[in-house]
This record gives sequence, structure tokens and C-alpha cells, in this order.
Amino acid sequence: MSVQPVALRDYSAVPTQTPRKGGVRITDVVKSYGAAEAGVLAVDHCTFDISPGEITVVVGPSGCGKTTLLNAIAGFHSISSGSIYLDDELLCGPQKLKAQPGPDRIVVFQNGALFPWKTNIENVTFGPIMQGLLSRAEAYEKARDMMADAGLRGIEHNYPGEIASGVRRRVEIVRALMNDPKILLLDEPYRALDSLTKSVMHEALLEIFYKSRVTIFFITHDLEEAIFLGHRVVIMTTRPCRPKKILDIDIPHPRDYSVLTTRRFREFMDETAAAVHEEALKAFTAGEKEH
Amino acid sequence: MTEVSPVRVLNADVSLSPADDAVRGISPLALAIHRSLLWLKSPRPYLMIVGFTLFIGFWYLAVEVWKLPRFSEMPGPTEVVREWLSRNPTYGLSIFTPEYYMHIWVSTRRVAIAFFLATAIGVPLGLFLGWSERFKQYVFPVFELLRPVPPLAWVPLAIVMFKGSETPIIFLTFLASFYATALNTMLGVESIDVSYTRAASCLGATRWQVFRHVIVPGAMPFIFTGLQISVGVAWFSLVAGEMVSGQYGLGYVINTSYTMVRYPTIVIGMITLGIVGYVTSAAVRLVGDYLMQWRTRELALGGDK
Repeated sequence: MSVQPVALRDYSAVPTQTPRKGGVRITDVVKSYGAAEAGVLAVDHCTFDISPGEITVVVGPSGCGKTTLLNAIAGFHSISSGSIYLDDELLCGPQKLKAQPGPDRIVVFQNGALFPWKTNIENVTFGPIMQGLLSRAEAYEKARDMMADAGLRGIEHNYPGEIASGVRRRVEIVRALMNDPKILLLDEPYRALDSLTKSVMHEALLEIFYKSRVTIFFITHDLEEAIFLGHRVVIMTTRPCRPKKILDIDIPHPRDYSVLTTRRFREFMDETAAAVHEEALKAFTAGEKEH
Repeated sequence: MTEVSPVRVLNADVSLSPADDAVRGISPLALAIHRSLLWLKSPRPYLMIVGFTLFIGFWYLAVEVWKLPRFSEMPGPTEVVREWLSRNPTYGLSIFTPEYYMHIWVSTRRVAIAFFLATAIGVPLGLFLGWSERFKQYVFPVFELLRPVPPLAWVPLAIVMFKGSETPIIFLTFLASFYATALNTMLGVESIDVSYTRAASCLGATRWQVFRHVIVPGAMPFIFTGLQISVGVAWFSLVAGEMVSGQYGLGYVINTSYTMVRYPTIVIGMITLGIVGYVTSAAVRLVGDYLMQWRTRELALGGDK
């Protein structure tokens, strides 16, 4: 896999999408593990919005509780109090602490979760076929189109174990997009990749975003990744996790890697690096104490 | 102006390498040939031959040349091979006597029946044990209490419970196989990364669909490990069962040859058990490779992890 310099492209031809969806409102969410007093507080009165049709990136040190928040939105974990709305519909709240997982919010996992026993195209068509939305033939046709569109032609009948891990991530995103989700939840999806592959993946993700305008909620501990991708960056405090600083990144989209060397980008980095470093240090000393 | 998708432009060079192109769409047979050629090119088969030579050589020297004290009553390899390949065997059993094949057939049939029963009961039981925490809480303690009881300890009850000599032997053979299969299947289900079940429920799969498309294939590698162990222990307990009762079978051959002082025949029985046991175990592995081609390909092609 090689990386080529990519020139700025014109996305004005891309039609404006149907009304934007996938806005998430997180209000006063608390999550503690264990009993009320003795329990460990993972998320502490967390309030922020994920705007529809935008990329919102949460940055925090490893183990700060950001994945807990993502799991609450996805419906894998319950919350202790507060509420989360998706497009003004309650996902979870005081009456119903655990959301129901569903194809409107699809997670792309840290280590990837393509089923290794299914071929790439069987993976991509899994959602619509399981839900009975499309026949096998229809699903395969749609999948072939979407995979070709994402540069994944020719690997349809390979198994995920036979392709490079960067390509696997892209197959997984296409698998999610097949379901026309309201929001994609990405849990440090590029963590295990080397930095060159990562930069290719970032641009590929942005291009998928520009085409689909799907709302993206992205979790990372990499500040540069966050500012490069995000319309909005939420810097989290470390355990318990709470927004420390919310930044609207006004670098215009579409972006590519030339953005990294601009003055505006450096300014955002300078502005946030201290805050992130402070939390990382806290997380580190807390870790020291625990051991 | 032709419209080129921006994604396509960027991704044009992010494709499989030519080496991957060559192996794409390869048939299972071609893959098997590819693998055996690799095997022949590797040092493994030749080291294996050296290993066998050393073993048989030691046996030969210890018994027939040096006549070491503990080995004095043992049949040597030349005596065993001569008997085994004789048209007119001294003790009545060689590859030219129909009886030899009768014993092999009877033992194999018993193992096959016991193995299929153990698989048919053990795999579903293991799947449910791994899948349902509640079910496991009911069943697993009983299972764990019965599992350490050796098949030989079941001999009296088996004879009391079942009529004739055939069913007790099959029951004893079944027992150990069943434990190995059920336990490995359960571990297989428990080893499945929670991301897979979560991904499936994100994609709208129902609980039953998760079971069918994630739990069963996800546990498959462990199931087949279990089945290979299961075949092995089936032969193990079969011989124990055949030594106790029955008039045919390789265990019976070994036991009666002992009482009738036909030592070379004992060794013939043992070698035959080794060969037949290996063949059945290899057959199970082949079926597993066939059912889990995703895995065979991953291993054969060394996809990057």
C-alpha cells in the first residue's frame, strides 16, 4: 500500500444530501460501575451535542471513560442517570437506562469486527439480509456498487483475514453504510495501524463522509487525528470523563493532509495540547497510584 | 467531462498486491496441493523420517542386538514385521488373514458410532452451555463432577445398564469423547470476541441470527479441536472397553494375545491402533479444514494480522 500526495479536490459537485440526521444530545449522563457510593465513576455529568451531518471527535487519554459513552449510545451498556437522544428520540434515560442496539447507530470497533468466517461481501451484506430489507441478490448488487465506490473492487470474495488491516477497516465502514445509519460510532478504529496507513485511512474516511454526509462520532487519544477530522473536538477529562474543552474547528472542509502544515492547524494544536497533556498526566499518576 | 469518484481516485492504488491476485479464487484442492508441496519442500518430512528411524533403530538394537535386560521378553521389530506381513502367521493374525480386518472394522465401527453420538449431543450441549449463562449454572456443576470419573470406573454400571457386549463398549467409548467435545465447544463459544456479537446486534441481527451466524461459526475452530481430541480419547476408552468384554476388536486382540502369550500380535495390534487412530484424527482435521476455509486460507496465505 502506498501513499500518494493528494491534491485538493472539488466536492461542490456532490449533491447536498437529504435532510441531515444523526444528531445526538447527551445530557447530564452519569455512569458508575458498582454500588452507588463505593462504585467507580466512569462518566461524570457529561453534556454535549453531536451535530447532525458533522464529525464530532472525542479526545481523551486511554481508559478515561470515552468508550463507556460510546457504548451507552450504541446500546451495549446502561447509563446510571441522565439521558441520550438521537434526533429528538430518547435512546436511554431515567426510565430506560439501556438503549436498544440497532442499525441506526453502527459501531466500527477498535480492533475491527468483520466476521472472519464470512467473505468480505457476505460481511457487507450482513445487515440488510439479517433485517430482511433486501433479497440476497439485491444486497449483493448494492454491496458490489458500494465496495467499488470505496475502492474495494476485487476483494469481494476474499476473507477478511486475506486483506490488509487498513483495507479491512474500510470494508467495515462500507458494511455499516450499507444500512444507511443515522450515525457512525468509531471507537479508535485506526489505533492499531501504522502512521502512514493511518493518514491514508483518514483521507479515505473524509471522502466517505463527504459523499454520504453521515454523522460521525469518533473516539481517539490522538489530538492531531481529532483536529484533522473533526468539525468539533471535545477534550475529555480523565476518569471520571467530562468535557473539559469543546472546540469548533473552523478549518474549511473538504480537508486533506496539506491542512496539517497550515498555521490555523498549528494554532488549534497549540491551544489544545496543554489541556490534553494535563489530562494525560493525571491519568498517568492515577494509574501509578492504582498499582 | 467524465465524473470520477474522488474515493476511487484515492483508492486506486490501495489494492491487493500481485501475489495476492495469484491466490485469489483458488480452489480448495489447489490449496491442498499447494500446501503439500510446501510441506515436501520444508525440512519437516525428512526430520520425521529421521525420528522414525531412530525410534525403530533403538527398538531393534535394544531387543535384538544388545538384548538389554528389560527388553529380553519383548518382540523385536523384525519378528513383528515378519509376523505382520506373513501369509501364514505363526499366531494367526497378519495382513493376509481376514480376521485382522474384521477386528479393525469392528473397532472402527464402535468408535464411529460413539464419536457421532458424542458429536451430536456434545456440540449442541456445549453451544448452549457457552451461550446461556443460566443453562450453564444448572448443568455445568453436574458435568464437572462426572467428567473426572474415568471410563473404566463406568464399566460395571455400563454392563448392568446395557444389554449384550456391544452397547456397553460403545457407551464407554462415547463418554470421554462426549466430555471433550462439549467442553471444547463451550470454551469456543466463550472465546468469541464480544465485538462480533455486538457488531451483529448493531447490524440488526436477532438473538437467533446471532447464534446462527456468529456463535456457531465463531466456535468452530474450538469445536474441531475438541473433535480431534474426542476421536483420540474414543480409541483410548474403546480399548479399555474391549479388554473387558467382547469377542472382536483391536483391544480384544491385544488382551487375548497377552493371556495366550502371542507377543508379536500384541505389537501388531498396537501399531494398527496407532495407524487407524491417526487416520481417523486426520479425517476429522480434513473435514474441519473444509468447513473453515476462511481459516485455512488465513494460515496458508499468512494474511497480515
